[in-house]
Amino acid sequence: MHWIILPVVMPALFAPIIGFVMRHDISMARIASVTGTVLLLGVAVGLAMMAAGGETFVYRLGDWPAPFGIVLVLDRLSALMVLLTATLALIVLIHAIATGWDARGKHFHTLFQFQLMGICGAFLTGDVFNLFVFFEVLLIASYGLMIHAGGRDRVRAGLQYVVMNLAGSTLFLFALGTLYASTGTLNIADMARVIATIPAEEAALVRVAAILLMIVFAVKAALFPVQFWLPATYANASAPVAALFAIMTKVGAYAILRVHTISFGPGIAPTEDLAATWLFPAAIVTIAVGAFGVLGARRLMPLIAFSVLGSMGTLMAAVAAFSPDATMAALYYLVHSTFAAACLFLVADLVVSRRGGDGLRPVLATAQNGLFAALFFGAAVGMAGMPPLSGFLGKLLILDALREPGIMAWAWSAILIGSLLTIVGFARAGSILFWSSTAIEAPLVAKPETRKAGAWELAPAMVAIGMLGLLAVFALPVSGYLEDTAQQIFDRAGYMAAVLGTGTGG
Amino acid sequence: MNDQGHFLFLISLLPFLGAVIPGIMIRAGRNACASFTAVPTVLALILLMILAPDVLRGEVITAEVMWLPQLGLSVSFFLDGLGLMFAAMILGVGLLITLYARFYLSGDDPMGQFYTYLLMFQGAMLGIVISDNILLLLIFWELTSLSSFLLIGYWKHLPEGRQGARMALAVTGAGGLAMIGGMLILGHVAGSYKLTDILQAGEAIRASEWYLPALILILLGAFTKSAQFPFHFWLPHAMAAPTPVSAYLHSATMVKAGVFLMARMWPVLAGTDAWFYIVATTGLVTMVLGALIALFKDDLKALLAFSTVSHLGLLTMLLGFGTEAAAVAAVFHILNHLTFKAALFMTVGIVDHETHTRDISRLGGLRHLMPITFAIGTIAALSMAGIPLLNGFLSKEMMLEEASHTYWAGSTWAVPVLATLGALLSVAYSFRFIGHVFLGPVRDDYPHKPHDPPMGLWAAPALLTVLVVVIGVAPFLAEGIVTAAANAVTGADLHPHLKIWHGATPALWMSIIAVLGGGALLGLHKPFLSAWEAAPRPEAKAIFDRLLAAIIALSRGITEIAHNGAISRYLAVFVVTSVALGWIAYSGSALSAPTRGLLPVPAVIGIGWLMLIVASVAVVILHRDRFTSLVLIGIIGLTISAGFAYLSAPDLALTQISVETVTIMLLLLALHFLPKTTPVESSVLRRVRDGVIAVVAGGGVGALAYAFMLRDISTISQFHLDNSYEGGGGTNVVNVILVDFRGYDTYGEIIVLGIAGMVIYALVQTLLAGPVARKLRGGGAMSEVLREGLAVTHLSRDRHPLMMVVVTRVLMPIAIVVGAYIFLRGHNEPGGGFVAGLVVAIALLMQYMASGFAWTQARKRIEYHTLIGFGVIIAGLTGAGAWLSGTPFLTSAYTYVHLPPIEEFELATAMLFDLGVFLTVLGAVMLMLYSLSRIARHAGETVNVEAMDYDPADRVTERGAET
Repeated sequence: MHWIILPVVMPALFAPIIGFVMRHDISMARIASVTGTVLLLGVAVGLAMMAAGGETFVYRLGDWPAPFGIVLVLDRLSALMVLLTATLALIVLIHAIATGWDARGKHFHTLFQFQLMGICGAFLTGDVFNLFVFFEVLLIASYGLMIHAGGRDRVRAGLQYVVMNLAGSTLFLFALGTLYASTGTLNIADMARVIATIPAEEAALVRVAAILLMIVFAVKAALFPVQFWLPATYANASAPVAALFAIMTKVGAYAILRVHTISFGPGIAPTEDLAATWLFPAAIVTIAVGAFGVLGARRLMPLIAFSVLGSMGTLMAAVAAFSPDATMAALYYLVHSTFAAACLFLVADLVVSRRGGDGLRPVLATAQNGLFAALFFGAAVGMAGMPPLSGFLGKLLILDALREPGIMAWAWSAILIGSLLTIVGFARAGSILFWSSTAIEAPLVAKPETRKAGAWELAPAMVAIGMLGLLAVFALPVSGYLEDTAQQIFDRAGYMAAVLGTGTGG
Repeated sequence: MNDQGHFLFLISLLPFLGAVIPGIMIRAGRNACASFTAVPTVLALILLMILAPDVLRGEVITAEVMWLPQLGLSVSFFLDGLGLMFAAMILGVGLLITLYARFYLSGDDPMGQFYTYLLMFQGAMLGIVISDNILLLLIFWELTSLSSFLLIGYWKHLPEGRQGARMALAVTGAGGLAMIGGMLILGHVAGSYKLTDILQAGEAIRASEWYLPALILILLGAFTKSAQFPFHFWLPHAMAAPTPVSAYLHSATMVKAGVFLMARMWPVLAGTDAWFYIVATTGLVTMVLGALIALFKDDLKALLAFSTVSHLGLLTMLLGFGTEAAAVAAVFHILNHLTFKAALFMTVGIVDHETHTRDISRLGGLRHLMPITFAIGTIAALSMAGIPLLNGFLSKEMMLEEASHTYWAGSTWAVPVLATLGALLSVAYSFRFIGHVFLGPVRDDYPHKPHDPPMGLWAAPALLTVLVVVIGVAPFLAEGIVTAAANAVTGADLHPHLKIWHGATPALWMSIIAVLGGGALLGLHKPFLSAWEAAPRPEAKAIFDRLLAAIIALSRGITEIAHNGAISRYLAVFVVTSVALGWIAYSGSALSAPTRGLLPVPAVIGIGWLMLIVASVAVVILHRDRFTSLVLIGIIGLTISAGFAYLSAPDLALTQISVETVTIMLLLLALHFLPKTTPVESSVLRRVRDGVIAVVAGGGVGALAYAFMLRDISTISQFHLDNSYEGGGGTNVVNVILVDFRGYDTYGEIIVLGIAGMVIYALVQTLLAGPVARKLRGGGAMSEVLREGLAVTHLSRDRHPLMMVVVTRVLMPIAIVVGAYIFLRGHNEPGGGFVAGLVVAIALLMQYMASGFAWTQARKRIEYHTLIGFGVIIAGLTGAGAWLSGTPFLTSAYTYVHLPPIEEFELATAMLFDLGVFLTVLGAVMLMLYSLSRIARHAGETVNVEAMDYDPADRVTERGAET
C-alpha cells in the first residue's frame, strides 16, 4: 500500500521534470502539470475512500517503526485535506493556464507542483519535525509563487511574507528543540503518550513548547496578533496564487487541530488548557480585524484578503472549542471557506485584469459586466456566509456549536456582526464595481472593447462557486463524513494504537 | 411522504426552477418571456389550490427531507391556514405583477434579468411562509434580502437605486443576522428547530431565562424586515426600484415577512408583558409616525411607502396586543392591505408611466384624462382610508375595536387615542392621494400628456380593486381563509364573523372621528405642510449615511494603521507575543528537579564563548557597515562550528563550516549590488524598544536552553544508536539518521534548497525583464543605490588577479577529491552528500570568483537546473525503488562488495540517495551564483573571456614574436 506517499512523491517527481526538462516549453509544462494534478486528485479520491472506513493507516518510511522513524498517517482528516488541496489545485491551475498567468514568470508549474507536495506532505505526516520540513517546502515554494510575475509591490509584499514566515519557522525550531528536550520524541502520537505521564507540576518546559507551537501554527493560520502578513501577501500575489493560498492558512488550522488535539489536547493534563484558552480570543479579534478590513478596503484584492482573514477567525473560533461538535462545524467551514476564498480571487482576477487595476472606483464597464457581476455576487454571497451557499450552513453550525456560557456571547457577536460588516463591505464593493460602472458614459473616442473571457477562463471560477453550492446541497453526506472525521480526531487512543502499536503496516 | 407532501416540495421548488426560464426566453421576445415567467407561478398556484380545501378544513400538510441532521436542519415544509393565505397572496400577486411588469418595463430594460430576480424572490418568500424548520426559514429569509437587494438595484445606473439597495441590505441583513441568533437560542430552548415542535413548547420557552434574548433578537429581524420604527427608513429608499417591485416586495409580500414571523411565533412568544410592550408600542409608534410622514410626502411612491410603514405598524400593534381577536383583525388586515396597497402602487406606476412624474405638486385633474386609472386609484385609496363598503373599512374597524379596550401601562386612553390619530392621518393622506392627483382642474403643464394605459397595465390593479369591493361588500367570502389563518396564528379554534355593521360601538365613533378629522386635516394641508417643512426633523438617510461613513472611516483607520507594512513592527508584535505567551505557559507549571550539574569551563572554551559574545555585540553595533558585519557573522559561524566540534558533533561542525563559507561568499557577491552601509531609518526610541524586545526574547531562549540542558530525558536516540549499524548499514549515526532513519526529512530539505535556487533564479529573471533592468542598463537613470554599489568595483582594475587564478586552479582538483572523499566516507565517518555538495560548490565558486563568470561559464558542461532536477529525481527514485522489494518509500538496503585490489566496501541504497542530496545542493548553490552574475552583467559589467586580466603567458609569446 504505497498510495499514502503518492501525494508527496508524485508532485515531487513531476516538479523537477517540469522545471528542468520542460522549462523552455510552456505547453509541455502545462500538460505535465495538469496531468500531475489530475493524478493527484485521483489519488486523493482513492485515499478519501480508503479513509472513509474509519481505519487509521500508517505508512512507515524506511520501514522504521514509530516513533524512531517518520510515519505518514492517513485518517479521515488527512484524506479530507489532501482531497481539498487536490481539488482546489486543479481549479486554480486551469485558471492560471487559461488566463496566461503561468507564463508571466519562470517556473510556475514547477513551483506549483512543489507547493502541492509541501501541502500534502504537511497533511499526511505523523511527526512534528517532518511537519516542520514540509512547512519549509511549502513556504519556499509559496514564496516563489507569491512573487511570480514580479512587480515592485508584489516583491515587497513577498518579502514581508517570507520574513514573517521565516520568523515563524525559527520559532518552530525553538519549539521543537524544547519539545524534544522535554519529551524525547517528535512523533505526534508518542508525544501524547509521554506528555500524559509528565506530572502537571513539572510540565513547564513542555507547556512552553506547546504554546510556542501554537503561535507557529497561528502564524500560518493568520490569527491575531500574527496575522499582519496575510492581507498584503494575498492582495499582491497573482490571483491564481492567492486562490491557491486559500489552502495555506488551512495548513495552520490543520496543524492545530492535529497536534493540539492529539499531543496537547483534552485529557492531556499538563497542556490541555493552553490552546483552548488562547486561541479563542485570538480568533475573535481576527474576525474583527477581517471585518474592519473588508469594510474599510479601498481596493478589491485587499478586501478579499481581509475577508479571508475574517473567515480564518471564524474557523479558529470553532477549532478553539476542541470538541467533536465544534470541530465538525469547523471542518465544514474549512472546506467552505477554502473554495469561497478561491472563487473570490478567481473572479476578481477576471475583473481586475479587464478594469486595469483593482481600485474600488467606478470605471467604464468592461465587457461581460453582467456575467462578472453575477459571479462576484455568487462568490461574495459564499464568503459573507449568506444562503443558499454553504457559508450560511457553516456559520450556523459554528454558532450552534459554540454555546459554552463564557464564549457564546463573544463568539456570536463577533461572527454575526462580522458577517454584517462583511456583507456591507461586499455590497459596497460590488455596487461600485459593477453597478456604478454602468452609469459611466463611454468616451467619445471609443476605446477598444475589453477582451471577453473565454469558457476556460470562466470555468474555474464557476466550478469553485459550484463547489459551494454542492457543499450546501449535499450537506447530509458531507456532514456525515465530517462528523466521523471529528470523532476520529478526538479518538486519541485509536490514533496512538495505529501509530505506535501494531497498526496497519504500510 | 404522501402526494400532498410532494406537491408542497414542488410548490417550493417551482419558482427557483422557473428562475432560469426568463433568462433564456427573453431571446424569444418580451411577450414570450413574460408568459413563460408566469408558467411556474401558475403551476404552483394550481398545486396550492389543490391543497387548499384540506387546509381550510383544518388539516396541516407536511413534508420533510433530512438535510443537515447535526444541526437539526431539515428541508421540511408545512402548510396550514396562515401559510396558505400567504402563499396564495405571494403567488397571486406574483402573477399580476408578472403581467404588469411586462407592460411597465421599457424596451431598454433587461427584462429577462428582472423576471429571474422576481422568481428568485418569489421562491424565497414562498419558502418563508411554508417552512417548518426555523433554520430553513432563516435561509429563505436571507434570500429575500438578497433578491430584494438585486431588485432595488435593478436600475443600476441610478445612484438612488444603488444606495437604496445597499441600505435595504444593510438594515434587513442586520436584522436577519440578529434573528439567526434568536432562532438558534429558540431552537435550543425548545429542543428542536422544527416549527411544529416549537409551537407546542410555548410555555417552556416563555418560562426560560433565554426567552427575552431570543425574543429581542427575533423581533429585531422582524422589525427590520417589516420596516418598524426606528428601522423604517430603508423602505422609502427601496422605492428606487421599478414600481412592480415596490408593489410586490415592498408593500404586498416581503415587508410582511416580519409580520408573518410575528404571527407565526405568536403562540410561542406572545402573551407576555415584554411582548406586549415591545411589539405593541413599536407598532403603535410606527403606525402614527408613518402616517404622519406620509401626509407630507409629495412623491407618490414615498407617500405610499410611508403609508405602508404605517400599516405595517398597525399590523405589528395588533399582533402585539396578544389577544385572539386582535390576531384575527391582523390576519384580515394583511389580506386587505395587500389588495388595496398593491393596486395603489400599480396605479402610481401607471401615473408615473403616463405623465412621467410622480410628484403630487405637478399633478391633479387626472380624472378626466385617465378615467380608468382614476376609478381604480380612488376605490383603492378609499379602502385605505377605511371608508365603508370597502375592505379596508372592515379590518380598520376591528383594529379600532381592539385598540379601544387596550390598556397601556395603566393608561386607558393612550392606545385608543393614538390609534384614532393614526387612522385620522391615514384618512388624510388617502384623501390627499385622491384629491391632489385626480381631482382638481386639468393642468396644461404635465411633463407628458397623460391618457389611460393599455389594458395590460391596468388589468392587474383593476382585478385587485374588484377584490377590494367584493370583500368590502360581502366579507363572509373571506371568512374561510381568515378563519383558517387566524386559527393557525392563535392555535385556537376560532369562528370569527366578518361583517360590516357591528352597531354603534366605540370603534364606529373613532372611525367617524378619523374620517371627519382626516378630511379637515387635508383642508389645512398647506399651513401644516409649511409647519412641517419648518420643523427640525432628523433625516434618517443622512444619519444612516453618516453612521456608515463613520464606521467605514473607523475601519479604514484601524486597518491601515495596523497593517501599515512595517515589517519591523510585525516582527516586534510576533516576538513579544511569543515571549509573553511562553512566559504565561511556563508560569502555569514548574520545572522538575535538575538532574545534571554544570560542567567546568576550560580556558579555550571560555575564549571561544567570549569571542562569540563580542562578535555578536559587534554585529549589533557595526551592522550598518555591511562588509564588516558580514565578516563578524563569519566569526560567529566559525565559533559555533568549533563549539559543535567541542561538543562531539563533528558532522554538525563540518556542515556548519561549509554552510557558513558558502553563505558568506554568496552574501559577499550579493553585497556587490547593494549600498555598503545601512542608512539610519528609525528613531533612537524605537531602537531602544527593539533592543529591549530582542534582549528579553534572546534571554528567554537562553533560559529555555539552560533549563533543558540541566535535565536528562529518555529520548528515541538510543534506538538510533542501537540500530544504526544493523539496520542502516552505517556507523556514523548522524548520517544514517539523515539518509535512512529520517531520510524523508532530508528529502524534503533538499527540495527546499532546490526550490530556493529556482526561486532566486525566477526572481532575478522577472527582475531583469522589468523596469529594474532598464535602470541597470541605462547609466543616466541608474539608481543611487546601484551606482554606489558599482563604484566599488571600479576601485580595482585587477579583478581577476593572477595569484588567485592560479591558486584556485590548483585547488580545484584537490577540493573535488576532498568532496568525493567526504561523500564516500559519509555513511561511517563524519561527512555525507550535503557537506560534499557544499565543498564542491565552494571549489567551483572559487573558480568563478577568481576567473570571472563568463570564463567559467563557458567551461561548464551541465546546466545547474538539471543538476537540481537530477538530484531530486535520483533521491525520489531511490526512495521509490524500495517499492520494488515491497517495502515502504526510502527503505534502505545495503551489501558488502569485495572488489580487488581494494578492500571490501559497502554499497548502500542510502548512498544513491546521498548522491541526490549532493547534486541538489551543488546545483542550488551554483544556480544562486548564476543568478547573481546575471545581475552583474545587466549592470553593464564587462565580461571577461580570458581567465586573467593580465596573463603573463601572453607576454612571453609577445616577446617571442619580437625577437
